[in-house]
Amino acid sequence: MNWTIIADSLPLYAQGARLTVLLTVSALAIGFGLSLGLALLRNSPNPWIRLPIASYTLVFRGTPLLVQLFLIYFGLAQFGLLRQSILWPWLSSPLFCVLLTFVLNTTAYTTEIFAGGLRHLPPGEIEAARAYGMSPWTIARRILIPAMLSRSLTLYGNETIMMMHATSLASTVTLLEITGVARNITLTSYILFEPYVTAAAIYLCLTFILVGAFHMAERRWVDARG
Amino acid sequence: MMMKLAVTDIHKHYGPHEVLKGVSLSARAGDVVSILGSSGSGKSTFLRCINFLERPHRGTIEVGGETLVTVPDPRTGELRAKSPAQLQRIRTRLSMVFQNFCLWSHMTVLQNVIEAPIHALGIPRVEALERAYANLAKVGLGKDMHDRYPARLSGGQQQRVAIARALCMEPEVMLFDEPTSALDPELVGEVLKVMQALAEEGRTMVIVTHEMGFARHVSSEVLFLHQGLVEERGSPAEIFEHPQSVRLQQFLAGRLH
Repeated sequence: MNWTIIADSLPLYAQGARLTVLLTVSALAIGFGLSLGLALLRNSPNPWIRLPIASYTLVFRGTPLLVQLFLIYFGLAQFGLLRQSILWPWLSSPLFCVLLTFVLNTTAYTTEIFAGGLRHLPPGEIEAARAYGMSPWTIARRILIPAMLSRSLTLYGNETIMMMHATSLASTVTLLEITGVARNITLTSYILFEPYVTAAAIYLCLTFILVGAFHMAERRWVDARG
Repeated sequence: MMMKLAVTDIHKHYGPHEVLKGVSLSARAGDVVSILGSSGSGKSTFLRCINFLERPHRGTIEVGGETLVTVPDPRTGELRAKSPAQLQRIRTRLSMVFQNFCLWSHMTVLQNVIEAPIHALGIPRVEALERAYANLAKVGLGKDMHDRYPARLSGGQQQRVAIARALCMEPEVMLFDEPTSALDPELVGEVLKVMQALAEEGRTMVIVTHEMGFARHVSSEVLFLHQGLVEERGSPAEIFEHPQSVRLQQFLAGRLH
């Protein structure tokens, strides 16, 4: 065992953890906002609205995240038209591609989680809101979204943890988040166990923070309603 | 005297099945109109047409002198409100109490009763809270209940919250859709007592109910619906003591003992 190398690399790990947190938080934040809207539309009676969203979530939940990342980061580069377009500065950046892939992926899962929560809302509650003269926008904002969130909090908590762990895939396209840092150490120091077990320990700590936060949220918003 | 509610010639069908074949109803301030009928008679559908939770195919609705402007939907043939804003405004003047309470489960009792006054009527929160305290007290729910969630209440308590929620809108007409049908028998009394108090203080109410004794006691007018038509209408004395039609006689014979 060689822990001195790990001790010397702790600043690198700290930087890696910063990137991991940045990727997780931005992907989840953007995904959360998009999913709120998409989940409402996902249950639309209009098939022209409902089916495209259903297809999107099917594709992104039905294929591995790593393949999605490779397709976006490596695959798109094959098209000359894209390489000359104004999008290219972004699409050639690994950070942008990683974030784009993560957002598309977590939005697909979160949309289905929220839409599922919405389907469990008794129709009478929506009917009551209509009967009391609320506008569709007010109903979405005051009734549908809060009810949807409180009903899907547990599942969404799991999704945030999975998303955080999935950020490790960013290391495959040169980003130095926690896993990327660990991999670099294995390549430069010829030790394999210590760098990865350190990475695992950091992920575990971050997971505990997320679990704790969702526990508190559930106590605050869900349990009291039982 | 001006009508609080005038509903005329409501027609409604589901596919080929005609549920309502031209039902009318009007109520002046302080009237309590009860609608009786066996299941399938169209009485709940009729009530739900009044606030357009169900869209009728024909008919007019006037609340406090304001007529809802409707246009036929070319696809379904149902009427729809020409202006959604007008429909929303009219709905704020017609509070409905549902069979299954339909309280918002993610809100406390207090939040449930201030929600629509703030977000549909647009009154200030302070005023909504004043109304809430007064009306929750009126339906017999003490301060200890204010922060509970609906799931923690009995059916009778939930329905009383729902009545307080309706009262907080200060509506012109209250619509009750079988308000005691989902309750355990021992909880029916507490809800009927509250409704009777409302009738006595001069609220205008339209009630779809199976509670014959209650209807007989509080109503100013009783409608008996059969197969989508008003088979008989009159004062409680006329309806309950001198039913004219065979249908009503049979209905009452089946219910009253």
